[in-house]
Amino acid sequence: MKWIDFEKPKTVEDAVKLLSDSGGNARPMAGGTDLIVQLRVGDPRVNADVVVDIKSIPELNELSYSSSKGLTIGAAVECYKIYGDANVNSHFSALNDSATLIGGTQIQGRASFGGNLCNAAPSGDSIPNMIAHGAVATIAGPSGTREVPVEDICTGPRQTLIGDDELLVSINFPSNGSGFGANYIRFIPRNEMDIAVAGVGASVTIEDGKFTSAKVSLASVAPTPLLVKEAGESLVGETVSEEAIQNAANLAKAAAKPISDMRGTADYRKHLCDVLTRRALNTAVERAQGAS
Amino acid sequence: MTTADYERNMVLATDTDYKVIGTRPVRHDGADKVTGRAIYGADFDAAGLLHGKILRSPHAHAKIISIDTSKAEKLDGVKAVVTSKDFPQSESRKDQWLKDNILASDKALYAGQAIAGVAASNPHVAESALGLIEVEYEVLPPVLTTQEAMASNASILHDSLTTEELGEDTGVVSNVASHSQHVKGDISKGFEDADVIIEREYNTKTVHQGYIEPHNATALWSPDGRLHVWCSTQGSFVVRDSLAELLDLPVSMVRVTPTEIGGGFGGKIPIYVEPVAALLSRKTGAPVKIVMSRRETFEASGPTPGSQIKIKIGAKHDGTLTAAYAWMAMEAGAYPGSPVGAAVQCVFSTYDVENSTIDGFDVVVNKPKTAAYRAPGAPNAAFGAEQAINELAEKLGMDPIELRLKNVAKEGTRRPDGPVFGKIGAKEVLEAMRDHPHYQSDKAEGTGRGVSIGFWFNIGFDSACNIAVNKDGSVNLTEGSTDIGGSRTSIAMHAAEVLGIPVEDVRPSVVDTDTIGFTAVTGGSRTTFATGWAAYEAAQDVKKQCIERAAKIWDVDANGLQMEDGVISSKSDSELRMTFKELAEQLSDTGGGISGSASVNPSGVGGSFAGNIADVSVDPETGKTTVERFTCVQDVGKAIHPSYVEGQMQGGSVQGIGWALNEEYFMNDEGTMTNSSLLDYRMPTSLDLPMIDTVIVEVANPGHPFGVRGVGEANIVPPTPTIANAIYDATGKRMTQLPMSPGAILSVSPE
Ligand SMILES: Cc1cc2nc3c(=O)[nH]c(=O)nc-3n(C[C@H](O)[C@H](O)[C@H](O)COP(=O)(O)OP(=O)(O)OC[C@H]3O[C@@H](n4cnc5c(N)ncnc54)[C@H](O)[C@@H]3O)c2cc1C
Repeated sequence: MKWIDFEKPKTVEDAVKLLSDSGGNARPMAGGTDLIVQLRVGDPRVNADVVVDIKSIPELNELSYSSSKGLTIGAAVECYKIYGDANVNSHFSALNDSATLIGGTQIQGRASFGGNLCNAAPSGDSIPNMIAHGAVATIAGPSGTREVPVEDICTGPRQTLIGDDELLVSINFPSNGSGFGANYIRFIPRNEMDIAVAGVGASVTIEDGKFTSAKVSLASVAPTPLLVKEAGESLVGETVSEEAIQNAANLAKAAAKPISDMRGTADYRKHLCDVLTRRALNTAVERAQGAS
Repeated sequence: MTTADYERNMVLATDTDYKVIGTRPVRHDGADKVTGRAIYGADFDAAGLLHGKILRSPHAHAKIISIDTSKAEKLDGVKAVVTSKDFPQSESRKDQWLKDNILASDKALYAGQAIAGVAASNPHVAESALGLIEVEYEVLPPVLTTQEAMASNASILHDSLTTEELGEDTGVVSNVASHSQHVKGDISKGFEDADVIIEREYNTKTVHQGYIEPHNATALWSPDGRLHVWCSTQGSFVVRDSLAELLDLPVSMVRVTPTEIGGGFGGKIPIYVEPVAALLSRKTGAPVKIVMSRRETFEASGPTPGSQIKIKIGAKHDGTLTAAYAWMAMEAGAYPGSPVGAAVQCVFSTYDVENSTIDGFDVVVNKPKTAAYRAPGAPNAAFGAEQAINELAEKLGMDPIELRLKNVAKEGTRRPDGPVFGKIGAKEVLEAMRDHPHYQSDKAEGTGRGVSIGFWFNIGFDSACNIAVNKDGSVNLTEGSTDIGGSRTSIAMHAAEVLGIPVEDVRPSVVDTDTIGFTAVTGGSRTTFATGWAAYEAAQDVKKQCIERAAKIWDVDANGLQMEDGVISSKSDSELRMTFKELAEQLSDTGGGISGSASVNPSGVGGSFAGNIADVSVDPETGKTTVERFTCVQDVGKAIHPSYVEGQMQGGSVQGIGWALNEEYFMNDEGTMTNSSLLDYRMPTSLDLPMIDTVIVEVANPGHPFGVRGVGEANIVPPTPTIANAIYDATGKRMTQLPMSPGAILSVSPE
């Protein structure tokens, strides 16, 4: 491990300036639970000369809710704050499926959804959940801010469309009406400290026994977390039924493009997409029906 | 799951007539360990310390054409670079193999094999220097399993390795280092007599012991020619003797100080970084420390082998076993020496079978040279044999424990590999399993239940102990067995029992090789048995001298005195009475201090049997197994410290469960391990396990003064077949491959 400078800016502007001045060799750091590990092992993909700690910037620590604006989670907000938040618990409780799953208690004291998203691991446990919730990211750069749906952020394994001189500021979750339910589950051979062999985030809105909206998103079965549009769309207008859910699960399985590695074979992962999509949708439906 | 009303940890004790033995005192090293004060190898520091790093082969099989270290040597901060050329000339092929496993000379035989070592002023410089060493390789196709290695067109690892067939060198160059065979009775007749025959092949993968502390060593080669090494090891004398051999030194020129050890399970018996640190220290004149990373620990220390095992057993309708055949090929890794020889001694040893034949093959492959791992070879063998026994029970319509009891080996039974059993507790273990509330309870809905039993023979070998009396009535006990599982305290308890003093009054220390008599490894479940015995003898020596001293003080005949419960008294005159403490105070004025010592090599080794009952559930859609309930029953002879014995039983069970469910070296086609981290090498965490219930069975070993058998290993033998049998019961799937990971279970069809 080589010598690395450390900066701790207090504003978004200062952070962006530090990033753009460093010619691509600065890395933002939220909890550091990915970044520090990668720097220590000398991961060639994170060749940083400067680490920019973003935890002192107010916008990145925002955690707020209103029925008109929805839920805003600053890019540096730690998991434990998310699952400890009253608004999250009453309006977005399915986000806790991810917040309580990432790492263990110690990791959850530092790890953020923002870091999870920017790290862009195909297995990132918060990303399919955010996608299923229709979340939108706010990104600041030298020429101002832009908004991008979370499903478009990851472009490859550990690659995003966030530029080297840009900063993820926050993630916004639109308000969901009554009849909304969501769920994220992953499969790991152990019960802790493992990387998803496959993961599924699902959300549904149910009115009068029919799906009025639905989203299905997959982890660990493609170079990026995947939004399977056709799986969600197949449900819209359908009566809640085992067949409709199985049909969506089949579409999710068909959309998966997994590789075989030490964590699981491609066939096994595709099979899991079916099983997990079914289970996640069923839980989402139960939650939706419990909520209405 | 029903949690019946029973004790989670039971002790079925034979002899309770002790004061100290069988109690559960706080360990002497406990406070240092829980407060972080204990000194482990990586904590070691010295003035002028240099840091060493090792360049490793990226190829599983390659000729080394050239190694150019010149650029690395010129890097600022680099103090020395060593390669195999820095070793003295080898005298034999075997000697060369030992050295090649430390620093490769002509060939790299596994990915991760050490090629060169660098010492620098800090670890980062040493690391950068590795990148400047230029090695030219000619890459060869790797051979990764016994099947590949034994194929007629296999790529050959060693041009100089010829197969030894039943003890005779055949002169044929191959990857099979040896083939051994043990024959008892007439196997063909045995199968002719059988009404039912079970025959199957089983395959297992390479697995690692998974100790948390990586290998480490610091060496200082002084100008007077003496080499001092501090390291984490299971045997400081093994390190001393191996270093002396590799470096061509008399043993008296090498001193090894063992640091505290963070786990070994057999894997810390061989040496890896110690000679490299020594060579670097000789070149620099400074102390050099090398600490392996986790990845190095996986890729370049000694795991236990993958194996291919064929089992065929036959029995009469009434359950009498008539024949047992095993064919076992085990991966030695890069150099000969797989544990197949030990597997042969265990595979059918639980049973009294008239006719048996066992073939064992030691096969070299392009993986790290295997090392011991708790009962090495026996779990692989049991994975096959103990599934076959359950299958047989099902075919015969018998209870699997009753079938085992019907054929169980007893005192006087001759093992398939030759030795005749002395007093053993296989029957008592099976009876305790049968009678346990776990086995008596109904299975919960959707779960399957499995049982099996395993054997490990245990070993004796040399141990030494010194005991010196302090004037306050405490004693200093020094011994040479590095303490992995609380042995310091168990050994001290032997002395306390003999002297009749509280164990808190014994100060045990594990000392260096200049300070104590030769003591063999902490391994083979020998430490409490043999070093405990040495402590027993040393304490007897002290006791005898105390009685003689009292006789001198009182001016009476020593034969008329006794020492019991820490009091020396006359058998005839009740006035003559003095405590050990009172005597200790007067020693200096009555002829000088007292110290006792003993060196032993006990032969009365008693083997140990361990059995399991496990309930599992298997998710039919994902194939994931959950262990719902697990009970371990073991004959331990005598539990000196029952909590440590229970810890061994639980630890062996947990490692066995990990081996059963998810652990494996995942190799790519090039022969590189792709999961060399604790994230992807999936050992069970506490959240993956139920509480492991234990039953200590005590069938005293007549070969030890307190009946000890040694408990560290037998308990890892039964978990893999137990879990396999439980999975079968739950799903109807016969799992013939390890690990029984979720994907593997889904891919198998029910019988
Ligand atoms: C023991 C352990 C267990 C883990 N378990 C899990 C798990 O179960 N599931 C899981 O998904 N992950 C897991 N992780 C990985 C990690 O904890 C998560 O990905 C976490 O969410 C990362 O958040 P962070 O705040 O620590 O990110 P950091 O490490 O700070 O950052 C991650 C990456 O994002 C970049 N980045 C951070 N913030 C910004 C920003 N605002 N703008 C632009 N770029 C930014 C950084 O430069 C870095 O490249 C685990 C890690 C460890 C060490």
